Amino acid sequence: MKKKFTFNKQLLIPLAAILLLTVFNLIADPSFFAIKLDQNSAGDPVLSGNLITILDYGSELAILAIGMTLVTAATGGQDISVGATIAIAGSVILRVLCGTDSRPETLQAPVIVAFLVACVVSMVFGAFNGVLVAHFKIQPMVATLILFTAGRSIAAWINNNELPVISEPSFAYYGNFIPGIPVPTPFFIAIICMIITALVLRFTTLGLYTQSVGINENSSKLNGINPVFVKFITFVILGLCVAVCGLIKVSRISTINYSVIAKDIEMDAILAVALGGNALSGGKFNMTASILGAYVIQYLTTTLYKFQVQSTALPAYKAVVVIILVVASAPVVREWVAGVWKKRKAKHQVKEAN
Amino acid sequence: MKDENIVLKMRNIHKSFPGVRALQGVDFTLCEGEIHALMGENGAGKSTLIKVLTGVYTKDEGDIFIKGTEKAVAIRSPQEAQKVGISTVYQEITLCPNLSVAENMYIGRGSSMVQNWKKMNADADKILQSLDIPAKATQQLASCSLAVQQMVAIARAVDMECKVLILDEPTSSLDEQEVEKLFKLMRDLKKKGVGIIFVTHFLDQVYEVCDKITVLRDGQLVGEYEIENLPRVQLVSKMLGKDLDDMADIKGEQEVYDKEDASELVFEAEGLVSDAGIKPFNFNIKKGEVNGFTGLLGSGRSECVRAIFGADRVVGGTVKKNGKTVKITKPIEAMKNGIAYLPEDRKRDGIVGDLSVRENIVLALQVKKGFFKPFTKAEAYKFADEYIKLLGIKTASADTPIKSLSGGNQQKVIVARWLLTHPEYLILDEPTRGIDIGTKIDIQKLVLKLASEGMSITFISSETDEMLRTCSRLVVMRDRKVVGELSGEDLTQNMIMNTIAGGE
Repeated sequence: MKKKFTFNKQLLIPLAAILLLTVFNLIADPSFFAIKLDQNSAGDPVLSGNLITILDYGSELAILAIGMTLVTAATGGQDISVGATIAIAGSVILRVLCGTDSRPETLQAPVIVAFLVACVVSMVFGAFNGVLVAHFKIQPMVATLILFTAGRSIAAWINNNELPVISEPSFAYYGNFIPGIPVPTPFFIAIICMIITALVLRFTTLGLYTQSVGINENSSKLNGINPVFVKFITFVILGLCVAVCGLIKVSRISTINYSVIAKDIEMDAILAVALGGNALSGGKFNMTASILGAYVIQYLTTTLYKFQVQSTALPAYKAVVVIILVVASAPVVREWVAGVWKKRKAKHQVKEAN
Repeated sequence: MKDENIVLKMRNIHKSFPGVRALQGVDFTLCEGEIHALMGENGAGKSTLIKVLTGVYTKDEGDIFIKGTEKAVAIRSPQEAQKVGISTVYQEITLCPNLSVAENMYIGRGSSMVQNWKKMNADADKILQSLDIPAKATQQLASCSLAVQQMVAIARAVDMECKVLILDEPTSSLDEQEVEKLFKLMRDLKKKGVGIIFVTHFLDQVYEVCDKITVLRDGQLVGEYEIENLPRVQLVSKMLGKDLDDMADIKGEQEVYDKEDASELVFEAEGLVSDAGIKPFNFNIKKGEVNGFTGLLGSGRSECVRAIFGADRVVGGTVKKNGKTVKITKPIEAMKNGIAYLPEDRKRDGIVGDLSVRENIVLALQVKKGFFKPFTKAEAYKFADEYIKLLGIKTASADTPIKSLSGGNQQKVIVARWLLTHPEYLILDEPTRGIDIGTKIDIQKLVLKLASEGMSITFISSETDEMLRTCSRLVVMRDRKVVGELSGEDLTQNMIMNTIAGGE
């Protein structure tokens, strides 16, 4: 049997989107791509520019897209509570770092401890979603609607509705820059997450199981897979991704705003999965495409900001992208395209024959 | 037969699908006040005929006449079928469980936007009373038992002034008492002059309520019979298409089953019962033996092997593997005990459509091996290529999605999946259904070869010749119960049919 390297067609969608946005920016204003080496307030060298912003904020999305891709593949649904759970994770981190005082002079616990506690908490909330979806067979969107609604209140309650502020400068490294390194830290965190994901997909059968369960649950069950557990575990993994995102988010501003932090990020994460060409109804997935999709979303957002689009108007533009994507991937349209393609081919062949 | 009594006449009905001629010149006649059974095995054309009659499919050729109209009627949609007086009650209840009984009876029927609720409830109560259905108009449908829900569906159909009532497997989810109630309702309707077409797999039920039987086979009409003139054995032989008299016994190549042979039992089950509605059964298989479950469709043969594999919830009984008592409640436990199961419905339970042939082949072995020990791509390719060659699977490459393969090749992939786990005991449930003759023979040969190498195999097929050719022992099932076991001399078409038919 011949084995040849085949380029995955799924990558075409995000790559085409990147190309489209790049061409648009080049024509409209090439200065979009300018990168400058500045100094920040502490006197450390930092890179700035639109591309750096995309790398910075796209990384948060990429981390979420990893978990969201797995949840989508196994359950055929999406978790809309990630934004609210990020608020919870962020709040937990601040609470552990501050202890009882909301404006501590020094950190009450190492950042790593705070982060690990946040991991456990958001995995528990992930497990809560997972049980609802996998065991009680509630539609993912409906099940996660609970935390979507309640999450931010829980986050506020964790800190007694106070807004703790961390004055320790080293805490800001995770969401901004490490002194001496001009590239934003979230990008490195995202790279670490991607490497871990690649290792997990390589050294466990998680990929095969989630896809199998998403495509045919009956058949998976008869092959000895436990579909309930597989679905459950994808939500727990997403919980872990949420904790990482929460750390980046609170580190950026060294404080938290419960109602604004990671607002609407779930929609961007879902959109990243869709932009990666993954079916939102579950089944086969391509992780690379999802991650690429996340950066494309940020590319789009940054482009829109650059052209002075009001932040309140952003969702409308994104909605246009969603409409195009969803319609283009609808079976009706695909069949139609395939039909047209066939006809053209047939015509071509007839011409050649003549 | 008086002509004025005829309420429905179908003549020379033809219907083809790509690659299949589902109906070839079928006639069907239904009289007023008659319960008429429509019988046939899988793929005989029963459901196609029903769907042509109810307007779900459009016929290619042929005429349908309804009492009261001179000309042939054209039925192009279920709505048109209802207009001419044909109503259908399907196997699955297609009502809305969260609405009231009356709402279910009248939903989607009024032409005006305004609904007179009082009148609707009163009307519904009247009909329910007249049909002796134990339900109130205002009661929520979900609070009724399944049988009553089924009756409400019938009441809805009857109230649409139907002349022809089609009941498609209405009893499959009912228990005995519920079936009794349903039969009473059917007899009442019969007295009122409704013609009823009754589709079922249960022979006992046919002989209990029906007046006439029409038998279809392979899309053709076998014949229409008065119930008194068609003993069960003959009905079974007509459905299976084997004449009792000129049935030459097919000589199999398999070993003759020897009761005295004391060689080791690979698998034993005692009083095994699952929640899928089968009666407890005993079963065993020896090393290198090929045996099978036989019986008509719906007799419970698949449910038995599903119970063995732990695919349905096992609720009782003990199983032994190689003489040791083991617990099998989940497929993974069966797999760890060296049991493999190829399910009956390839599309629903077998293939993982979007995954590649390679992934489909290694799936079961991978799960058996464990979550943290994935095969490398190279290993998986090696396994896949080996079995693609061994079984002659026709696929563009090991990376092709399985759903783009033909049915026979998909089946071979699933066979490969289970052979790769090197099972001691292999269960094949209808491995040859819906696949081409060549592959069928390949699979039969493979079964005999594997058995000669010491594998124990349970082989289930709707085609008796196939079972006679491969099995040395047959467990016969009727109405979800094991009713006999045949081996040696008894292993003939005649004996199988007699045992399946039972009763007389």
